[in-house]
Amino acid sequence: MRRGFWLWVAALAAYAFLYLPLLIVIIYSFNDSRLNAEWVGFTWHWYNVLLHDKDMLAAAGNSLLIALASSLIATLIGTMAGIAMYRYKMRVLTFMVMTPVAMPEILLGVSLLLFFIQVLNLTLGMLSIVLAHITFSIGFVAIVVRTSLAGLDESLFEAARDCGASPWETFRHITFPLILPSVIAGGLMAFTLSLDDFVITFFTAGVGVSTLPLRIYSMIKIAVTPEVNAVSTLLMLLTLTMIVLVSRIAPNVLRWRA
Amino acid sequence: MSENPTRLSPAARLSRWLKNVASAARARRQAAEKRNLHLGNEHSEPVANAGSASAAVFRLPVKWLVSGPPFIFLLLFFVAPGLIMVLASFRYPGEFGGLAPVISVDPNALHGLTLETYGFFFSDLIYAEIFAKSFLVALAATLTCLVMAYPLALLIARSPKKSRDPMVLLVILPFASNFLIRIYAWMILLGPQAVPSLLVNGLLGTLGMAPVHLLFSPFAVLVALVYVHLPFMVLPLYTNLEKHDPVLLDAARDLGANAWQRFWRVTFPLSLPGIFSGATLVFIPVLGMFAIPDILGGTGDMLIGNLIKEQFLGTRDWPFGSTLSIMLTITVLACVWLAARLGGMGRRHA
Repeated sequence: MRRGFWLWVAALAAYAFLYLPLLIVIIYSFNDSRLNAEWVGFTWHWYNVLLHDKDMLAAAGNSLLIALASSLIATLIGTMAGIAMYRYKMRVLTFMVMTPVAMPEILLGVSLLLFFIQVLNLTLGMLSIVLAHITFSIGFVAIVVRTSLAGLDESLFEAARDCGASPWETFRHITFPLILPSVIAGGLMAFTLSLDDFVITFFTAGVGVSTLPLRIYSMIKIAVTPEVNAVSTLLMLLTLTMIVLVSRIAPNVLRWRA
Repeated sequence: MSENPTRLSPAARLSRWLKNVASAARARRQAAEKRNLHLGNEHSEPVANAGSASAAVFRLPVKWLVSGPPFIFLLLFFVAPGLIMVLASFRYPGEFGGLAPVISVDPNALHGLTLETYGFFFSDLIYAEIFAKSFLVALAATLTCLVMAYPLALLIARSPKKSRDPMVLLVILPFASNFLIRIYAWMILLGPQAVPSLLVNGLLGTLGMAPVHLLFSPFAVLVALVYVHLPFMVLPLYTNLEKHDPVLLDAARDLGANAWQRFWRVTFPLSLPGIFSGATLVFIPVLGMFAIPDILGGTGDMLIGNLIKEQFLGTRDWPFGSTLSIMLTITVLACVWLAARLGGMGRRHA
């Protein structure tokens, strides 16, 4: 009994540790003070400032565009990779898909920076960011798709074959509808990851283009203003919506599997 | 596909059943029945399925059609950049930053390949020092994560089945907010006007000691590192702990083990694989981290990541930046290998 009690205390402390900082960010976004130090009064002021911040809005637009483009392509390629990994057990491909996910992000960032400038002779900008985001998103989509394929009942495919369906028909009418929720969930995941990415974007963005995380970074490097709290709160709301969406479409994705 | 009886395209019918219309009709009726049932049964004709023959023909192109695009994309944007970086680490720095050419018409210009950057890396102890410090910081962050995550994971694993998923979701949820926001939150919390600072400095003041800055310190870096990576430790640990058979603990109790012994002799050794996979998920990203020391650390809190970033975007010494990245990669691979070995040993014990 006493042991259970201490377990609860430690666990609640961990939950508090996880949530308190974010709660404070949200609360201070409504605070009528320049300083994030004490509560003065309620205001929408910082959201108003945010809505008139042209740089921030442009960065948000870029972020959405990049997230949309990269997640669409990453979903397509990642789904293919997931199917290939499951169906053909290709070791080299599996390695190529999983390593970018497991490596420190900075390594992918700097190697892509080198590659874009040195080999492709590309001016860093939207295109380089999109390509970089596709590269790191593929793995996440592929893992989700492969997990969902591994959870399917093999006999479904055998039954389809017995009914005379060709491999393509089996895929079109059996496999694809079954994995579609995971494909969509993987796509939403890629979208969120792209929207959130800072490290890889930092290295592949160049000077001309800014994204929301890059903008937030330069703001907090210069000064801490509640405008950052406001944009953070809105971003959290957006991510939360995405998570609810994912959990509705594919409840299994959020259930952790090793 | 043309040999497919369920489709019964005219061509298939012609080629297969032209000679015997009656049997074709029967096959069609049976196929329709099967289609309605969505299943074949023991009466279904096994040979009616020509799929296997066509599959053999189609398998190879299909395999390459499916795996080709991801393969080519990753070859281009993951493998090639990696190789370019290896090559860059053996090159000279360019006159205005970047890289010097490998081949040059002007024999006096700096060009070709060299081991100079590696020599430079090993000649100055400061780089080994930064690597060692990053290693220690990553170790500290991993251990702190472990200590904080273990009770939480244990509690979730021992909760009723129904409440486990929401409890896990509560762990994942904050980690879905933007990475920079989570760092920024600690800028507020550890700021000089915030409660933790006032409390600590009040305490230090009553003890007659000088006040300290919590923000822009190694402490702030460690706290944020733990904060950002905690879910990565909780989740694999929980997955492992959830699988433990409670009968083992009952058996240990029957044999007279107290709660302490039951934990250290049964639960903990069994959870070693979970600990190692969680440790890898925390340790490796922390090794390459540059944003947290950059934002929350002081000037002395540089880690490998900051050093690499500085080479690429600051001093623009790309060969040396590449060398550092290669060294980091080697360190990471060694850690993964070690964790796999240790985790594997834990599994064998269990």
